[in-house]
Amino acid sequence: MTWADMGWLILAIVIFIGFITIVVLGLTYGERKIIARFQQRLGPTRTGPFGLLQPVADALKLLAKEDFIPGSVDRLSFWIAPIVVFVPAFIAWVTIPFTRDIVISNMEFGIFYILAVSGLSTAGLLMAGWGSFNKYAMLGAVRSAAQLISYELPLVVGVLGVVMISGSLDLKVIVAEQDGLWFAFMQPIALVLFLIAGLAEVARAPFDIPVAESEVVGGPFVEYSGMHWSMFSLAEYANTFAVAVLATILFLGGWRGPGPDSGWGQDVMMAFWFLLKTSLVLLAIFWVRATVPRLRIDQLMSLAWVVLLPLAFVNMILTAFYLYYDWPDWTMVAISFAVLAAIGIAYQRRRVSRLATIETAKVRVRQGKVVA
Amino acid sequence: MPVEHDLRTVDMLLNMGPQHPSTHGVFRMVLRIDGERVTDVEPHIGYLHRGSEKLCERENYRQIVTLFDRLDYLSNFNNELGFVMAAEKLMGIEAPERAQFIRVILCELNRISSHMMFYGAYGADVGVFGTSFMYGFRERETIQQLFESVTGARMMHSYFRVGGVFQDTPDGFEAAAGKLLSQLKRSVEECDRLLTKNEIFLERTRGVGAISAADAVDYGMSGPCLRACGVAQDVRLIEPYLTYNRFDWDIPLGKKGDCWDRYWVRLEEVRQSIAIIEQALKLMPKGPIQAPVAKFGFVKPPVGEAYFRAENPRGEFGVYLVSDGKTSPYRVKIRGPSFVNLMALRQMTVGHYIADAVVILGSLDIVLGEVDR
Repeated sequence: MTWADMGWLILAIVIFIGFITIVVLGLTYGERKIIARFQQRLGPTRTGPFGLLQPVADALKLLAKEDFIPGSVDRLSFWIAPIVVFVPAFIAWVTIPFTRDIVISNMEFGIFYILAVSGLSTAGLLMAGWGSFNKYAMLGAVRSAAQLISYELPLVVGVLGVVMISGSLDLKVIVAEQDGLWFAFMQPIALVLFLIAGLAEVARAPFDIPVAESEVVGGPFVEYSGMHWSMFSLAEYANTFAVAVLATILFLGGWRGPGPDSGWGQDVMMAFWFLLKTSLVLLAIFWVRATVPRLRIDQLMSLAWVVLLPLAFVNMILTAFYLYYDWPDWTMVAISFAVLAAIGIAYQRRRVSRLATIETAKVRVRQGKVVA
Repeated sequence: MPVEHDLRTVDMLLNMGPQHPSTHGVFRMVLRIDGERVTDVEPHIGYLHRGSEKLCERENYRQIVTLFDRLDYLSNFNNELGFVMAAEKLMGIEAPERAQFIRVILCELNRISSHMMFYGAYGADVGVFGTSFMYGFRERETIQQLFESVTGARMMHSYFRVGGVFQDTPDGFEAAAGKLLSQLKRSVEECDRLLTKNEIFLERTRGVGAISAADAVDYGMSGPCLRACGVAQDVRLIEPYLTYNRFDWDIPLGKKGDCWDRYWVRLEEVRQSIAIIEQALKLMPKGPIQAPVAKFGFVKPPVGEAYFRAENPRGEFGVYLVSDGKTSPYRVKIRGPSFVNLMALRQMTVGHYIADAVVILGSLDIVLGEVDR
């Protein structure tokens, strides 16, 4: 590697971190606006046009705030924890391609790298929980570790289906393999698994159990303030964005979409399609957050081990059959959707029978007297 | 179920509150937890104790109404009603018919706004990120605007007087209330759709914090918490006061007495309150609003004692009033429904998870102003 290469790489990384930070700031704004709409509010309107400067104001506030460290904390782990959470959230971006050409360093084992790196942040959360010397923080940290272990498995095994079909861990190749049919159709089970497990992995609603405000009051972050807290927050949003981006790349055809075949118009359209698809996934994530209650920790565990993990293996075996016997594409699509439909029907039957167990009654009172 | 193991573990004490987002004020509970499971709960109350009962002994009857506003600060009218009706019972008088209807309408509206507050807070307890809260508060806001137009205050109304109400309703009150009701009917259905049959909500609340009817009666529980167990106990029915025996309505009953039942009973009560208010608006006559009771501005009941109970949004609200013939009562004892309902917390919570403890506490719908008094 020459010095010029090195300089270029550093410049790219700096630009990229800046870019991700801006995206994350925009994401906080978008989430506030979108959830506000769900709740019949306006969201930020005061800072700048349409409240667009709200994230900047938030960032400035957090920077100016006193970084309060309680006296009883384990200083070393308390200090390092936000960094341990922050760094993996950002280095995962090194290999994520935004369009065919915009990527810092494409790796042959890209998806493996991302999944491996994203698991590291739990160590930081555990350090934060332990270092904070706070029972809520500790509970939250243990919850997040348990949750990550449970959801890493269905996530990885689910993604394995995509990797098997495309025959590569390289994200660019995975997108290139989707020129005919998106993997959302070839691997719908994996898509469902990825979205559910992805939400759980980044602890977003309805799996925000490690940070549940109404139970453990913010979990591992409870003792943090100012800049340290904002590092956690940035990491959380960067991870959320990563889930949406990966869903786009792995299942929704990445930057594929109608547009010119060459020239700068192609680049613009690729970026456009990529961002559009990512935004739609993000909208779904925010939608879920605005409308769904939180699961309990044991329900979360049973969902992961009893439902998602077997389903992931079913998907993997199905994909193996498809590849080995060289079935036509439509059989894979049909069988996958049939499996999903069967699960949906079973779930609906369970729901109906559960609703039937609800017994309520009414005593009719007419003019102060009970009537039958 | 806990797995058999040789590993020696120690239970942890987790102090929840008085500054915790889901202890609904300044309640504090010390949870003894084994991992995520709660093995014991010790409630601590008294952080909002203001000595309301003692204060009543040195204020005159009109001033005491303001103290009652501040007990259960989510159902102010119902509290005021308990006190003024007890005083009226002691004096052997009745408010004019119009005043009684105004009281019914305001009390039932207050029930709706209180249940809407419950709805919002309960959704937050279960983990909906603010949406249920905004739904509940939207309705509360419109109701409070109506209250403001009638009494001049949004929460601490001081509107009921011994023998009547402070002033007549403003022009256009009936129309405004009718409009409010039709809007409420729509939004209750919206609230219903958001939570009631949501799969995760069912998962989190069905079978959680169940209590049998016999136990609930033994604890002295009342209101929606008792009716969720299937006991048709409603003071409005068994001891009708005001004009409640002139309306048609239903008493919703649960079966298992779990968190979902308590939630459902409250949501259904909102619909029933709307029905009652609609009838009351139709039947409300014109006429005086205040019976002549005050001499030189002071209410002076005869020597004696009276107990009055009313159906508050949280249950049976009782006021025991002893008068020695002076302008201040000799003794006032308040039976707060939240306080009594809270007693069952330990039995409901032990054996469940930490997350359930929050949901169970939320389903009891306590207001600390009335628990601590």
